[in-house]
Amino acid sequence: MLQSVFGKFTKWKILKQLILKDIDVLIIGSLGIVSFISFFVGGVVAIQTALNLENPLLPKNLIGFATRQSVILEFAPTFISIIMAGKVGSYITSSIGTMRVTEQIDALEVMGINTFNYLIFPKIIALSLYPLVICTSMFLGIFGGYIGCVYGGFSSSGEFIEGIQMDLIPFHVTYAFIKTAFFSFILATVPSFHGYFMTGGALEVGKASTISFVWTSVVIILLNYLITQLLLT
Amino acid sequence: MIKVKNISKTFDDTPVLEGISTIFDKGKTNLIIGQSGSGKTVFLKCLLGLVKTDKGQIEFENKVFDSMSLKERSILRQEIGMVFQGSALFDSMTVEQNIMFPMQMLTNSEEDEVRDRANQVIKRVNLVNANEKFPDEISGGMKKRVAIARAIVMNPKYLFCDEPNSGLDPKTAILIDNLIQEITKEYDITTVINTHDMNSVMEIGEKIVFLKNGVKAWEGTKKDIFNTDNAAVSSFVYSSDLFKKVREMYLKN
Repeated sequence: MLQSVFGKFTKWKILKQLILKDIDVLIIGSLGIVSFISFFVGGVVAIQTALNLENPLLPKNLIGFATRQSVILEFAPTFISIIMAGKVGSYITSSIGTMRVTEQIDALEVMGINTFNYLIFPKIIALSLYPLVICTSMFLGIFGGYIGCVYGGFSSSGEFIEGIQMDLIPFHVTYAFIKTAFFSFILATVPSFHGYFMTGGALEVGKASTISFVWTSVVIILLNYLITQLLLT
Repeated sequence: MIKVKNISKTFDDTPVLEGISTIFDKGKTNLIIGQSGSGKTVFLKCLLGLVKTDKGQIEFENKVFDSMSLKERSILRQEIGMVFQGSALFDSMTVEQNIMFPMQMLTNSEEDEVRDRANQVIKRVNLVNANEKFPDEISGGMKKRVAIARAIVMNPKYLFCDEPNSGLDPKTAILIDNLIQEITKEYDITTVINTHDMNSVMEIGEKIVFLKNGVKAWEGTKKDIFNTDNAAVSSFVYSSDLFKKVREMYLKN
């Protein structure tokens, strides 16, 4: 499948429109839900950390530090990707699957169009902007933590900001974006595979979307473990 | 002209097509008929190259499809128009965009030229005030017209139709049948229609191939079908009282 995705390219004029459309649906369309989830989960992470710091000897800036580490290392890249597997992944599977059951893919094939390139390549390119979504998630997650912590009265603004600046290892950010790049590819290809090769009718489109979500999540979790093992140990 | 030579196809040890040979002539409406599950759709997909045959060969103007290079196949595909059973229109595009699509994808024509050609075929299939509508905003009959317009926009040499009038009322079905026949004559193309509608057989069946359990059981014209003594084709074609009476009257006269 991947060989065909990168072979016999669709005309650039058409491809450009498809890529822009997919950026709108897959990236811009996901910013709202990602922002909402990131902000509130960031707030909850900060509050939970604050509530668990019972020892008065532990500095309050640990709340900011723990929030930053949680959001940058795991929450933004991995858990947002699993949420995206549900949102973006099932959209991709159901849209391609519906094209399959309504013979639209057959129609493209009869015209002599490379359907893999036409349908999947624009999604891979559009999702290459996925790190921007994760960047937004990181920022809003930490910002949510700040609001939750400071306005919840768990620490002062200065202490939280000091915490998020403390012992920052730039490679952790790089590691997060390396993971994100891999996940974006998984988010584009695994759901496309399930949509493209599905058979049956409307009911099977629903089933394919569910299976696609499960497999995309499983692959993301396993890949997360592997990348972490390779890069951080 | 399309020559089919002894093709067979098996799915999971179940034979779906067995040793089918026939010729589909240019400028004629060639019909493939048979009961549901007789192998009509697989046969059509084999002709289109969407399903690979296990045995036999298909020739387009004496060129064997399986021996064609990728470039030759690509050129051939541009000469094929297909009307799918469910029309297979692209949901996200308007009627006009659907019809312009093959030209935009496969030719280097300018946008205006493409639009002009699309409007020509829209006029030809009698689609009125539908250019800006989406497929889910138009009727089944109009969808078929759009599918026919999209299939002929590239001036194809071959037109394939899979159950072109399924789900349509009898009057619209006859209009669609006649439209396909007119286009076949006008463009002098080889048309192959997959159907189980006996009205189509009587209306436009210039050559009819009858499939039964994946085997070619009979072939002839719509006139031959009245006189045939082939039990299988008679029991299929004259299964309704109406057609039984039509045949009785024909034979009496």
